[in-house]
Amino acid sequence: MKFGVIVFPGSNCDHDAYHVISKHVGQPVDFIWHRDTDLSSYDAVIIPGGFSYGDYLRAGALARFSPVMASVKKFADKGGFVLGICNGFQILCEAGLLPGALIRNRDLHFICEHIYVRTETTDSPFTNELKQGTVLRLPIAHAEGNFVCDDVTLAELQNENRIVFRYCDANGNITPEANPNGARDNIAGICSRGRNVLGLMPHPERACEDLLGSSDGRDIFRSLAATLAAAVV
Amino acid sequence: MKAKVFVSLKSGVLDPQGKAIQHSVELLGYSGISDVRQGKYFEITLDGTVDNTVARSSVEKIAREVLSNPIIEDYRVEIEA
Repeated sequence: MKFGVIVFPGSNCDHDAYHVISKHVGQPVDFIWHRDTDLSSYDAVIIPGGFSYGDYLRAGALARFSPVMASVKKFADKGGFVLGICNGFQILCEAGLLPGALIRNRDLHFICEHIYVRTETTDSPFTNELKQGTVLRLPIAHAEGNFVCDDVTLAELQNENRIVFRYCDANGNITPEANPNGARDNIAGICSRGRNVLGLMPHPERACEDLLGSSDGRDIFRSLAATLAAAVV
Repeated sequence: MKAKVFVSLKSGVLDPQGKAIQHSVELLGYSGISDVRQGKYFEITLDGTVDNTVARSSVEKIAREVLSNPIIEDYRVEIEA
């Protein structure tokens, strides 16, 4: 199995993602420059966090016009696994690979702290090694993480079991107080209808080593690796 | 020829920046303000080689596909001769 980490001008979590794949997942991984368009050798593609194009216009708005994004769309349409983290989630929404949009945090602050999310579904290639309801402690670092969508989209996400992570307290309770940015329905991460595209605001790649305060993020990469291993066999 | 594009948040979409601006304005002592909404304004200068109708439809397309996110924003285009 082979992973690719897409690099836009302004990406800054690309090396973290690369490190996690090579060191913790133990699989081959390449950086993919945003002008490249050939994704044929990859099984999974990570769109990392950062500030692609300086967040000009809107977070993720300009990255979606990079040449690689047309390839990412085709890759996802064919069932390839795509993981968008933070700015990667914003890009996936702007590109229409995931519904909704991420707007300015409710309280305007750039929030940089560890939060808790509850695993809302294990029926995804990114959470199938987790238990339903598992609480993960992960860092967030964003100013535009307030997920919004219309009522129809929200109902679809709920009915199709596509809300993968929701902000919660340490005990797994979904409360307004545990919602750091005002996201609708405490949504921290959603998947596509085909379930092969996940976008989330928290940074699992920054939570894979105890030294960094949490290693809960490993479960997400472990799930993806297990999915790929099963698919390759 | 110049095109002006105004992008604003749809009504109902939270605008915390607008709220903060409103708060500051009120601190200055201005009263009678019930809401402030922040938006974006773009000036696109056209080189005049395409006619008005074509220019308008191109700018509308740019406003829809690039300058605004239809999920959260509305846009309005004005063409200035």
